[in-house]
Amino acid sequence: MSGGTRLENANPLIFQRSGERLLTATDEDEDVADPIDDREIFDLIRSINDPEHPLSLEELNVVEQMRVNVSDEESTVSVEFTPTIPHCSMATLIGLSIKVKLLRSLPDRFKIDVHITPGTHASEDAVNKQLADKERVAAALENSQLLEVVNQCLYTRSM
Amino acid sequence: MAADNSLLLGLVEEFVSGQVDSKATETASGVKTGQFTVLQLVEALGLSLTSSQPHTRARGVQLLSQVLQECYSCLSEKEVEVLIAFYENRLKDHYVITPHVLQGLKALTKCSVLPPGSAVSILRSIFQDVHVQSLMVAERSCVYNILIGLMESREEELKGLGADFTFGFVQSVDGERDPRNLLLAFQVARNIIHRGYDLGKFVEELFEVTSCYFPIDFSPPPNDPHGITQEDLILSLRNVLTGTSRFAEFLLPLIIEKLDSDVQSAKVDSLQTLAACGLTYSHKELAEFLPGLWSSIRREVFQTASERVESAGLSALGALTSSLSRSVLSSDSEDSLQVFLNLVLKDCQHHLCEPDLKLVWPSTKLLQAAAGASYRASLIVSAAVIPALLEQYNNRTQCAQRRTLLEVLQGFVQPTPFSRPADGVESVLVAFQQSLCGVVFSALVESSAGLQVTATRVLTALGQQPCLLAQADVEKAVDHLSRLILEEEDTQVSLAVVECSGALAHLHPKAFISRMIPRLKEEILSESNSAVRLRCVTAVASVSSQLSVVQESTPVLLQVLASAHTGSCSFSVEEVSAVCISLQRIAAHARDTEEIGRFFHSNIIPRLLGLALQAALQSRDSGHSSPLTDEAVLSALVPVISTACAALQSESASRMAAQVVSLFLDGDVSFLPENAFPSQIQLLQSQAESPSQLVCLLMACVCSLPRSVDIPEIDRLLVQLEDLICSCSHLFCYTFAAKCFAGLVNKRLAGEALDAVLERVLKRISVELENGSSSQRTQAFTLLLWVAKALLLRYHPLSTALTDKLFALLSDPELGSQAADGFCVLMSDSPDVLNRSCHADVRIMYRQRFFAENSSKLVEGFNSAEQEKKSCYLKALSHIVNNLPREVQLTELPALLPLLLEALSCPDREVQFSTLSCMQPVLLEPPEALRNQLEALFSRMLALTTSSDMKVRIASIRCVHALSRLPEHVVLPFRARVLKALAVCLDDRKRLVRNEAVAARGQWFLIGSPGGR
Repeated sequence: MSGGTRLENANPLIFQRSGERLLTATDEDEDVADPIDDREIFDLIRSINDPEHPLSLEELNVVEQMRVNVSDEESTVSVEFTPTIPHCSMATLIGLSIKVKLLRSLPDRFKIDVHITPGTHASEDAVNKQLADKERVAAALENSQLLEVVNQCLYTRSM
Repeated sequence: MAADNSLLLGLVEEFVSGQVDSKATETASGVKTGQFTVLQLVEALGLSLTSSQPHTRARGVQLLSQVLQECYSCLSEKEVEVLIAFYENRLKDHYVITPHVLQGLKALTKCSVLPPGSAVSILRSIFQDVHVQSLMVAERSCVYNILIGLMESREEELKGLGADFTFGFVQSVDGERDPRNLLLAFQVARNIIHRGYDLGKFVEELFEVTSCYFPIDFSPPPNDPHGITQEDLILSLRNVLTGTSRFAEFLLPLIIEKLDSDVQSAKVDSLQTLAACGLTYSHKELAEFLPGLWSSIRREVFQTASERVESAGLSALGALTSSLSRSVLSSDSEDSLQVFLNLVLKDCQHHLCEPDLKLVWPSTKLLQAAAGASYRASLIVSAAVIPALLEQYNNRTQCAQRRTLLEVLQGFVQPTPFSRPADGVESVLVAFQQSLCGVVFSALVESSAGLQVTATRVLTALGQQPCLLAQADVEKAVDHLSRLILEEEDTQVSLAVVECSGALAHLHPKAFISRMIPRLKEEILSESNSAVRLRCVTAVASVSSQLSVVQESTPVLLQVLASAHTGSCSFSVEEVSAVCISLQRIAAHARDTEEIGRFFHSNIIPRLLGLALQAALQSRDSGHSSPLTDEAVLSALVPVISTACAALQSESASRMAAQVVSLFLDGDVSFLPENAFPSQIQLLQSQAESPSQLVCLLMACVCSLPRSVDIPEIDRLLVQLEDLICSCSHLFCYTFAAKCFAGLVNKRLAGEALDAVLERVLKRISVELENGSSSQRTQAFTLLLWVAKALLLRYHPLSTALTDKLFALLSDPELGSQAADGFCVLMSDSPDVLNRSCHADVRIMYRQRFFAENSSKLVEGFNSAEQEKKSCYLKALSHIVNNLPREVQLTELPALLPLLLEALSCPDREVQFSTLSCMQPVLLEPPEALRNQLEALFSRMLALTTSSDMKVRIASIRCVHALSRLPEHVVLPFRARVLKALAVCLDDRKRLVRNEAVAARGQWFLIGSPGGR
């Protein structure tokens, strides 16, 4: 971010991060199958970086565990996200990052639905429509500049 | 003479017209040996030097210069004078001659007999007659080297040139582009600045020719032939720019300008340069630019996403503040530090009142960086910030907000080395002492874990500064801490509470003795639940760092052991082990405090031995088994005794040795308390299991004493141990007996006595091992293994024979797999014996040495072994490689790679797992050799990601993840294949596997994708 540009929302509210998922004895037990649950999906998306701030989507409260719904048997995932301000121009980009992260991290049997929490964004319908359209998502990822920004959001510094 | 002359003429002829370069060295060696003089050479050169052809003249000068480079040290002052006059004159000659002239001059400037005044005249001619920037790289470098050389040897003369010297340098360096020459030029510039050469009116010019490179943007060419890094250039340029405060008026605007740049490295460099300025600049230079600098720093810290920029910004602010703190106040002007800090406070302070918003943290960091710069700064900042924070804390009611505020406060409470008050000066916090304690105590009774944890940290920080906790506050704090230990179940909180108690108990032992230990004791000995007991026991250990506390706390723990033994109070094995661990932590303090060691020697160890002996005898005679006969408890007692014994000083150590040996050999129980033991106890020759188990305590004691201590009756002890090993069938007993034997052998002085012991024991081992039907083979193998380790560690010549036996056992049908695991024992540090903390004789790099000597044996053995026995060799190999240091692994990997790949396809899961976990760290920085084996590596790793063992699946996915760090062009061909294989793992039934697969697949998606790396 260069010195000249101004951020849309320079001083956003910060929320506390939830801790790491606690390991239970069954997690280590070879014979027990662990189903994919809400927390697991939330863990996938909570660490995505915000395109503007050096903060994660969880810290900005853009994603919350209660807005994640998954059904392992029916192979469906639904994620709602809440932009920090109603006119956030980054909403589509954030939605796209979440979608791409899930596409890369879930088995292909899953049907993935990412949309804006109802009533929290000015152009909610337009963004939802874009995110639901497979071909538009695919086309967006052909655009190397867009892909670059998405990859930066998904980049994890660990290791 | 005539012959010499013609020889010289011949050499000159061949060099000048024959273009034979090697003749120069011959000529030089002729001059050096005295065969001909420089004068003769010049005469011989005569025609070439006066030729009308510039190229012939150049050749002539070249020969002279090359000879001079070899023999400048044997010239006389007169000769030098003449030669300098000649060379200076030649500078005006044709341009093809200049390079050689410069070489000659360089050689001449190195002469120790350089006549006075000639340095100045050389420089004048160079500055006047040579246009440096139109020379080639090597000649430019020659000019800079002449400057550097003369600055070293003729500083006074050069200073006589006045500002002309600076001007000449500025002119010759203007436009330099080669990084090698830049390093030299920066060195000259630095010398000019630091050694006080006259800059005259050329300050701005000198600044211009150097600052035009700022910020440095240089990436060394591939394969980097000159070894110059961007860092070298940055540092040497920074040295020049920040060297004098006369540059300030030019440099500071430049920094402000460059901070607007979009390039991150430019920002970081600017901020670091600014921080360096803080060291030399005073208020006078800075004043005018402070508002601009501050707003740039603030913008960077508020907006950046990069930690490097942030920390550079913070240290720049710290440097500015500390520079302002140093400046002397004059009576008529206002306090510049106050003015600057007001600026900082105005922009940051209001953010501290919004604990939910993002900018609270950058603001805090900025304020703390300023406050940490000096005592005065911390006084000003604290006076403004702390009351505001305390007020905020009291007004807010949400735990999350209070926690943030308290975390912010914590940073201001902890002084930095620079802001620490001088002796006799009050801490800046004294005024707020009451309200700070009030806030901390109120936070300790809150229900939020995060808030409590932060409160304990603030409490620790307060406690460590004098006068911030009054006696009443200390007592109140101890009460709060005791309550939290007893009541708080959150692990994070109790960890923080215990840590805080430990820190405070070190400073205020009395309050802890009178208020905490009695409450903990009561709780431990009452019928409370196990978790509370464990917490109390841990707390007891962590507060016991002072002798006075130890004297009160260890009896409590011993009482637990005693009542566990008598059964008067029921304690689980887990609780008893926890008590032992606490005792060990207390014993560790004996290393720093000799009195604690003596206390352990005189009180604790005899009581521990007494209790264990009573328990053992009771279980033998009446069959009643107390927890103190449990193997887990005994193993937990071992480190208590060995930690204490390792710290004993020589006199008590020898007494300890004598007491323990006579106890075990002769049943002498006189030093044990509550002396109610039968008179004839034969601990090492007992047929019953429980008394002979106590051999582990013998080991803990005798094997950890300092090496200088003589163990009495060591030969009888060794014989009895050997007999015990060979007659005992109990794994615990014979393993500890073998460890004890090894520990003694390792420390014993080399000599006949040791050789005799070894000869005897080796013979016995061989007999037992060769007897295939013997029931004692495992015991013999255990002894062999530990003795081999003991000798290997001290580089004993016999160690090879013993380890060879172990290699041979790898193909043994019964002991093969045990032998393979034995290599793990051999190569890793054993926690209870034969390590450095128990003073064992451990040579450095014994692992590398062992590996270097034996890896080929292993490979041969593997190749010649039958198919079903190969896995033992692979297991042994992976144990050995796993324990090698990283650097050795990296260098040895190429040779071992085929074998390791073989190990990956070996069906034994243990082998697979240990190979994978040994390869993973190596793969993080993969060596060249791996590149050729990638195909084989990927196919094997990817196959293992669907293994039936979860550990193997996780380890193999981690390796695949690590491989994503190889250069893009190397791994790109595998991308599609890896992504496909990992997609399967995304649907794994175990979540831990899925997590690894997600991380790895995420990284592999980024390869070859824009923005990825």
